[in-house]
Amino acid sequence: MFENLSDRLGGVLKGLRNRGRLTAADVEEVLLEVRTALLEADVNVAVVRDVIDKIRQNSVGATASTALNPGQQVIKIVNDQLVAMLGGETLKITYAGQPPTVVLLAGLQGSGKTTSAAKLAGWFKSQGRQPLLVGADLQRPAAVEQLRVLGAQLNVPVFSEPGDPVATAKSGLAEAKRIGRDVLIVDTAGRLAIDAEMMQQVKEISSAVQPKFTFLVVDAMTGQDAVTVAQAFDSTLSIDGVIMSKLDGDARGGAALSVKHVLGKPIAFASTGEKLDAFEQFHPDRMASRILGMGDMLTLIEQAEKVFEKEKAEVAAAKMLEGEFTLEDFLEQLQQLKKMGSLQSVMGMMPGVPKELKNAEIPDDQLKRTEAIIFSMTPQERAKPELINGSRRVRISKGSGTTVADVNRLVKQFGEMKKMMKQMGNKGGRGGKGSKMGGVNDDLAAALGSRLGPR
Amino acid sequence: MLALGFFAPRFAAETAPTVFIALAVLTVVFGVGVVVVGRRRSSPAETVEAVQTTVETVGTTSVRERLAKARATMSGAIATALTRSSITDETWDELEESLLRADLGVATTTRVLQPLRGLVASKKITEPSQLVATLKDEMRGQLDKGPRKLNFDDSLQAPNIWLVVGVNGAGKTTTIGKLGAQQRKLGRSVLMAAGDTFRAAAGDQLQTWAQRSGSDFVRGAQGGDPSSVIFDGVARATAKKIDLVLADTAGRLQNNSNLMEELAKVRRVADKGEGKVTEVLLVIDATTGQNGLTQAVQFSEATQVTGVVLTKLDGSSKGGIVFAIESELGIPIKLVGLGETIDDLVEFDADEFVDALFV
Repeated sequence: MFENLSDRLGGVLKGLRNRGRLTAADVEEVLLEVRTALLEADVNVAVVRDVIDKIRQNSVGATASTALNPGQQVIKIVNDQLVAMLGGETLKITYAGQPPTVVLLAGLQGSGKTTSAAKLAGWFKSQGRQPLLVGADLQRPAAVEQLRVLGAQLNVPVFSEPGDPVATAKSGLAEAKRIGRDVLIVDTAGRLAIDAEMMQQVKEISSAVQPKFTFLVVDAMTGQDAVTVAQAFDSTLSIDGVIMSKLDGDARGGAALSVKHVLGKPIAFASTGEKLDAFEQFHPDRMASRILGMGDMLTLIEQAEKVFEKEKAEVAAAKMLEGEFTLEDFLEQLQQLKKMGSLQSVMGMMPGVPKELKNAEIPDDQLKRTEAIIFSMTPQERAKPELINGSRRVRISKGSGTTVADVNRLVKQFGEMKKMMKQMGNKGGRGGKGSKMGGVNDDLAAALGSRLGPR
Repeated sequence: MLALGFFAPRFAAETAPTVFIALAVLTVVFGVGVVVVGRRRSSPAETVEAVQTTVETVGTTSVRERLAKARATMSGAIATALTRSSITDETWDELEESLLRADLGVATTTRVLQPLRGLVASKKITEPSQLVATLKDEMRGQLDKGPRKLNFDDSLQAPNIWLVVGVNGAGKTTTIGKLGAQQRKLGRSVLMAAGDTFRAAAGDQLQTWAQRSGSDFVRGAQGGDPSSVIFDGVARATAKKIDLVLADTAGRLQNNSNLMEELAKVRRVADKGEGKVTEVLLVIDATTGQNGLTQAVQFSEATQVTGVVLTKLDGSSKGGIVFAIESELGIPIKLVGLGETIDDLVEFDADEFVDALFV
């Protein structure tokens, strides 16, 4: 929906591609685009101002780099600045000398506290700890039941009793001591930062259990108000860190930057999926490129890593570069690719793909049709597509329920791809394997860009 | 390509083969034919068909009154703007900042301020107060995308179905609970169908609301097929001559294509039985930033959303993203959630909403 920073800067920088250095006026123009990108990412207005000031200072002093063109240089400065602001001191989880180590979760309604509590319990378990979950959200109907179900899935006990949340938290602490659990995670009801009574209540829960860590759970989709909310919770509870929830969505997540900036407290964890183990320690560098709208590439890489079997991919890549890649290999990789989700979403993640194409409807049966065509080929044909003559084409198209033109196109595209890959293989062949791949990646990307560009 | 060119070296050694293959496979597939069947449908305003509507009276609490409490301590940039004697560059900055802070977004903010710049340049507007008043009028004028009454077809010999959709934690189940109680007060019989079979205990949560309001309740197995739960709910409601089915769905992030397909199926199946879907409500949390716009587009595409419910507006967030949703996508905002009790779900009032944006 929103342009990413590199697309956005594209227009501004076109005029200065071939110049080595950015003038002060160039920088201002660029900063305007950076500002818009940050605002579209939901970074708070006041925080944006600070970020821009810092970037301006850094850009003015920056010397021209020979390795990077001006555009890359700007993006690097912006990216580095965001990484610096998002990162810094990381939160070290330490354990209380006298167990249990108490962790308190707080936040707005619907921010994801209960799910985060369970995921955090899973995380502590993976660290070899024995957590106990306490359901102190007695407000929302069935919140405790939700925690119990999640606890059961993780094989982590859950404690709660009806009545008063402060008393429940206190009893939970006693229970942890009684049954010898060394981490106590207290889930609390969602509350509005401006609800004085409810804020008082969470303060009382906090004094009752004396948490070692208090985490604020912040929804990655939060807008400008994230700052107000974070400040209010911090002044009541003295937050130690932040858990960003719902980072598997497509929000840019500027709230992370805003909250980090105003609280100066680390973002400790990120919740990245519906499954209970989709919970990890926070990566400032990924968040920075995501805020700038350039995290998609990382996502693509991650997803590709998840579904492609690395060794097979390496073998295939090597074959490609040698020009020995067959349709059989192609079919295998295609089937891996299918696991990455719809073509639409894969396309959406590819940088440099024009917007028109991203929004275009791509039927997923295109993949099926491609598969069907290859399925209708004999092993010999798959190994040597040049065998496929006129009559074979007719047979294949009939067998796959497609047209001869479809078959022609596949064979032709495959041939072109092979040729392209082989050329790259020759070009990058001088370096070691790793560097070869790096070069290929760039070249391939360039080739893809032109192929997928407007024709 | 800048992005890839920039990032590639860092990941090259470790991840190049996998990505390389993915990209290569894509070239061939797309080469085989990027068949552009057509643009994605982007007419979310398209409603379920004109149905005979009856006036729905929901809670009557004044939005302004409720918001006054939340906003009493806040003073925006707009206050500073109004103290100036003339319109200066700072005035524009302050106006812009107050709109951005309310989560209207850069594009929408620019769009609403643009026509005013002309009026100021031609001296048709000279006072800051006049400028703010005109801006408010302008914005109110853009909140005119269709009826805010909930569609209820009286002539239907089968249940009306209201489907409630949205991202995780937006407030769908609570909205259904409140909505059900209000409809019961209006004398309608209600059945709540627990289509959220994913989130642990979501069914229990809805059941509590059903019991409180004296509504019928249907649920399925944890992890079961949401379409069939809702289909069963409609069948039960038809058999028992119940007026209205409120169908809950699991929260889902709109970029999860499998879950969005599941939701589209829920929408189709809900219409398959005797009943008819007369309302698809998208629930949006007032704290939501610019992602709300993407939510509205994607959910509309999957389910033909007919209205927005803006929840949690009693906090310090202003919910400005729904202004963009209604004015740009044409989806009317129908209800506003202002608190935890049943009467805290009220009809959206454009005048009060716009005023509150500037408080």
